[in-house]
Amino acid sequence: MNPISETVIDHYLKLAGLADEYGAIDLALDLLDRGVPAEDVLLDLVAPAQARVGELWAADEWSVAREHAATAVSDRVVAAVAAHARPRPTRERIIVACADGEYHALPARLLTEVLRLRGWQVDFLGASVPDAHLITYLHQTDPEAVAISCTLPTRLPRAHATLTACRSVGVPVLAGGRGFGPGGHRARLLGADAWASSARLAADRLDRGLPPFPPQPAALEHLADGEYTYLAGRRGDLVARVTRTLSAAYPPMASYDARQMETTAEDLAHYADFLAAALYVDDGALFTDFVTWTAGVLRARGVPDGAVPAALDVFAGELRDFPRARRFLAAAAAALTGPS
Amino acid sequence: MSGTCAQGDPARSTADRSPSPPDRPAPVLPADAPAPVPPPGRPVPDEQQRTRFLLEVGARLSASLNLHRCARTAVELVVPFLADAALIVLPPGAAGRSAWLRAADDRSRPQEGVITAAEASTVPGLAEALTGFPPAPSRWLDPAQAPGWLLPEGYGPAGHLLVTPLPGNGVAAGALVLARRIGTPSFEEETEALVRVFAARVGAAISAALLYQEQSSVNQVLTTGLLPPPLPELDGVELAGSLRASQKATRIGGDFYDVYLPGPARNGPAGDDPADQDGAAALVALGDVCGKGAQAAVLAGQIRHSLRALMLVERRPERLAELLNRFLLGFPPPRSFATMVLAELRPAAGRLRVGLTAAGHPPPLILRRDGTVEESTARGTLLGVFNEVTAASVAVDLAPGELCLLYSDGITEAFGGPTGEEMYGEHRLRADLSTCVGMPARAVAERLEQLSTEWLADHGGIHDDRALLVIQARTR
Ligand code: B12
Repeated sequence: MNPISETVIDHYLKLAGLADEYGAIDLALDLLDRGVPAEDVLLDLVAPAQARVGELWAADEWSVAREHAATAVSDRVVAAVAAHARPRPTRERIIVACADGEYHALPARLLTEVLRLRGWQVDFLGASVPDAHLITYLHQTDPEAVAISCTLPTRLPRAHATLTACRSVGVPVLAGGRGFGPGGHRARLLGADAWASSARLAADRLDRGLPPFPPQPAALEHLADGEYTYLAGRRGDLVARVTRTLSAAYPPMASYDARQMETTAEDLAHYADFLAAALYVDDGALFTDFVTWTAGVLRARGVPDGAVPAALDVFAGELRDFPRARRFLAAAAAALTGPS
Repeated sequence: MSGTCAQGDPARSTADRSPSPPDRPAPVLPADAPAPVPPPGRPVPDEQQRTRFLLEVGARLSASLNLHRCARTAVELVVPFLADAALIVLPPGAAGRSAWLRAADDRSRPQEGVITAAEASTVPGLAEALTGFPPAPSRWLDPAQAPGWLLPEGYGPAGHLLVTPLPGNGVAAGALVLARRIGTPSFEEETEALVRVFAARVGAAISAALLYQEQSSVNQVLTTGLLPPPLPELDGVELAGSLRASQKATRIGGDFYDVYLPGPARNGPAGDDPADQDGAAALVALGDVCGKGAQAAVLAGQIRHSLRALMLVERRPERLAELLNRFLLGFPPPRSFATMVLAELRPAAGRLRVGLTAAGHPPPLILRRDGTVEESTARGTLLGVFNEVTAASVAVDLAPGELCLLYSDGITEAFGGPTGEEMYGEHRLRADLSTCVGMPARAVAERLEQLSTEWLADHGGIHDDRALLVIQARTR
């Protein structure tokens, strides 16, 4: 019988939600004492609990503060489990880093500890690692491979630059995290040498070895239409225009105060970022996923259903000369009205 | 042979050798089988193959500035194109020992080892090649003279052995040894010429990597002291910091923070009690030296270390500000100035009293349990400009979970936002801070850093350094 049952995960989640660091650590260490492998505690307890944290936040049951507090507890739990297991490195060095601008450090942290448990010597560079720092680090340490974690699809264009830079100094890249898409197809597109859906499979993949010198991947032909470049370069402009147009087209905005207007502009900037990322990897599903997720989040917070379609409409109006972007916007709008 | 142990197991039989990777042709023969007669022909590479080879060599060797990676790449490139086995011996390091890497056509991964100077001298021409001076031509070795470590386990006697010095630009760059099995053709004239060109490329790459490595290790030593210190665990206080320098490769800049523990206690090591017996409190400093990059970072480091020394004789924050001001005024022009906040930490009876002293620095913010954000009234003159400075301390009491945020103006003066041209400003910082009620210190620091980074987004441009430090009264 699996000792990490749903009940155990629920219990863990409750402790994490109360910011009960010591309670959560005790629970995890108790599992270790009962013979549960450290890797399982990390991946079958902490990881699924974190995914639940996201659902609770999205459903407006948990506040941002609680989400953060719970994640901070999980981070401590990961540290405690690692300290308890204390694996000794017997294999080569692997560097783990979050993409530039990526602050979801916990997924990468889990990967780090799992790889350590499998005997690798792992250097974890943390959240949002700038290229210049990462590349310098690669020159200094010559790792077997570098693992790049990207949770937010909006970080993919930057991650692509990072990936290319790593490969051009001759270090193979293992990519992972939700940002690369459910089947990892975005990782392949961006030229990663390997991809894995979980830390466990990532460790298995490394066991098989990565090619020592990566061949050059194909260029992203679809970028030739300039749509991504425009969107990324004129983001501020576009967001300002969309915000203005939307406030005329969407009546509830008339009564917004300054703070609400700004929050709306920030939300619209997110639309622009996700749309730009979708254009970059030429993957409309990326944008549609974001839009359906956002609609759910807003619904849970009592925002009227019309807000998201109205925003998509205004974007489509502002991006009249951008057929690919308009196609993505239309697909997302259709997903909202379609049966779901 | 002491220093020559390779990673492979000499007793391994052919049967359990790891399979060759897909990107290399399978070995023609089991390595330890007797060579057949006639030899398997090794076609002399034609013009086009030679050009392709050199192009690849150029691309791959120029990619890395890491010594080990360059050497590994080189031996991997040359086998099996020009030889059945290749060894690079790197110039001697500490204690005259030389690291080597060796690729064979039947191994997935180059093997590695270390030899002493004495061992190197058993290979004719190798010792000379390793000193790099005088420049020596490549030379043929009598395979019978080759010591065992030169060739892969089970390789059998070599038919041909060529030792080529790697010409480094002004530094010794090591030597290359190429081997062909007994019964295979020797190196033709064209191939020898190609080996010389290859050796020149490898030597250039290795010497560049050597120089880079030397500089970057010096750099690392020098900058380590300029990076933010790990924050200590203190009784009653939770500390969390974030520092993002505009200088991304080295991560150093003019923003800094540091923590000074009381003590060292006269008997025994420094305790983790923030207030020692005579009531001295742990002190936290966060500051900002005018300017960016290495120059600002060096001055920031000097301020941090001066504070450490000053604190042996003076712990009153107002006096410390005065002394630092004099210290900065003592620099020859062009002088630089700095702003700073000092925070004395005194936990007592489940609360935390923080004594704040500001010197020209944005006043710290205080987050209360109900989400109210207050601005500390600590004000004072910046350091390094005026002969006289005023700095007055104010005390703030924090209930468990409440916190005090020290930050640098790189946070509030960040340009960006949804429209790309707005300043983040203190009002946004306050608003964002007020959403952090109930979070542990580390989550608060992380969140504020993340929001600030998102505010800057990819609006390019040159950012300022950004520092944040959260001082929180522990909840348990
Ligand atoms: C905790 C959390 C945060 C924390 C992160 C703190 C931290 N230190 O990590 C904070 C609060 C900072 C945060 C912020 C944000 N978040 Co958030 N966050 C989460 C949450 C709830 C959990 C993340 C987590 O720890 N997952 C657990 C790990 C184990 O999951 P995992 O991705 O499956 O990881 C496994 C594999 O992917 C793999 N793997 C991971 N990395 C790598 C790397 C390699 C090389 C390999 C091979 C494998 C690999 O191994 C892991 C273990 O098996 C998720 C929800 C979720 N379902 O994940 C949202 C989530 C990721 N966040 C989301 C969003 C939108 C945000 C914000 C934009 C919100 C905002 N408006 O501010 C910001 C952006 C921050 C930023 N710039 O990065 C969305 C993303 C939506 C989308 N469509 O992309 C999510 C999905 C929320 C949701 N659906 O409920 N978040």
